[in-house]
Amino acid sequence: MTGALFEYALRMGDSCLILGHRVSEWCGHAPAIEEDIALANTALDLIGQTQMWLGLAGEIEGKGRTADNLAYLRDARDFRNLLLVERPNVDFAHTIVREVLFDLWHFHTLGALQASADARVAAIAEKALKEVSYHLQRSADLTIRLGDGTDESHSRMRAALDALWPYAGEMFLEDDIDVALAETGVGPALGTVKPLWEADMRRMLDQATLSWPKSSHVQKGGKTGVHTEALGYVLADMQFLQRAYPGATW
Amino acid sequence: MVSAMTDTRTRPSEAQVWAWLDEVPDPEIPVISLVDLGIIRDVAWADEALEVTVTPTYSGCPATTVINLDIVAALSAKGVENVRLKKQLSPAWTTAWISQKGRDNLRAYGIAPPVEGTAACGIGALVTPEVACPHCGASATRRVSQFGSTPCKASWVCDDCREPFDYFKCI
Repeated sequence: MTGALFEYALRMGDSCLILGHRVSEWCGHAPAIEEDIALANTALDLIGQTQMWLGLAGEIEGKGRTADNLAYLRDARDFRNLLLVERPNVDFAHTIVREVLFDLWHFHTLGALQASADARVAAIAEKALKEVSYHLQRSADLTIRLGDGTDESHSRMRAALDALWPYAGEMFLEDDIDVALAETGVGPALGTVKPLWEADMRRMLDQATLSWPKSSHVQKGGKTGVHTEALGYVLADMQFLQRAYPGATW
Repeated sequence: MVSAMTDTRTRPSEAQVWAWLDEVPDPEIPVISLVDLGIIRDVAWADEALEVTVTPTYSGCPATTVINLDIVAALSAKGVENVRLKKQLSPAWTTAWISQKGRDNLRAYGIAPPVEGTAACGIGALVTPEVACPHCGASATRRVSQFGSTPCKASWVCDDCREPFDYFKCI
């Protein structure tokens, strides 16, 4: 049980961390100043949530590892993030589609986790949900506006949705860890989150004039540490300072 | 030998500590105090230490670290050396805890205070609050971006006086 919760806290923390890092890559490069600020703020929230989840993981593990240790001193094989969040930014459409696929899952997962049997998990979920509600509001709004926008914005959103869709299925692939946590009431049964996600996604894609992707192929592996090549580049960038100058502080 | 701070007859009362903390400004928005912001959740003497319970506004807000330092520094200046900070996540901070004085100060500073009951809550209910312009009071305002210069604010503009302004968003 303790092992399962450690893994789960890593999964939540790592997904927040890697997405936060990806989104932060836009800082200074976004198409408009308001978007630049929004992306940076979203990244900041995600990094804050990372500190809570990885802090909990370190506490559960009991070996004295801090959130920083876990973020900066593990290699790709030890990361438990969803493959979706490590996918590159590509363009604004890919960035927004990746965000909305994740935000909607994040929103409903945190909603369920607020009732966790573990008070620490429930407290993190309660805190993070308030922030994630704003992330979702923005990414859903932009998905609708860009999907139902110009020919170019629509075709870019279409391409991004088709490219990223196979990575969304991993959110709902249940394994032993998910089952163990659901049985003890610590984590949600993934079967309860999926219909909520699908109903909202369907409504949103309809409004965005984007059809439901045909592919049912699911890319998996992130939750057990088998990643795409993209993660290595993220870590090389993110971890460089602590690898080159161990223990460096501001 | 007991010092003034460990002697229960001479150490500052909790009410006194609250009053001192009400003089500590938020590092990003100096017109509002930490008490007005509603992030000081409890002040209590525990044996010889003063325990101050603080809740973060946004989980990634960089001001949190500075706030903790400011609390310790402000109390130290009043002679309270043994301060223990407790971080409390639940119940999660809500803008409903911002005091009336805090709201008035925000508005006078050019930041529209939060309109309670309009927090984001999923894609089914997109609520855009009606926000009065903090400069001219007009209601003809619109949101430019739901994010702003700090995690707690959104960017708005007034169509009447044409001035942009920050809106402290409801969470």
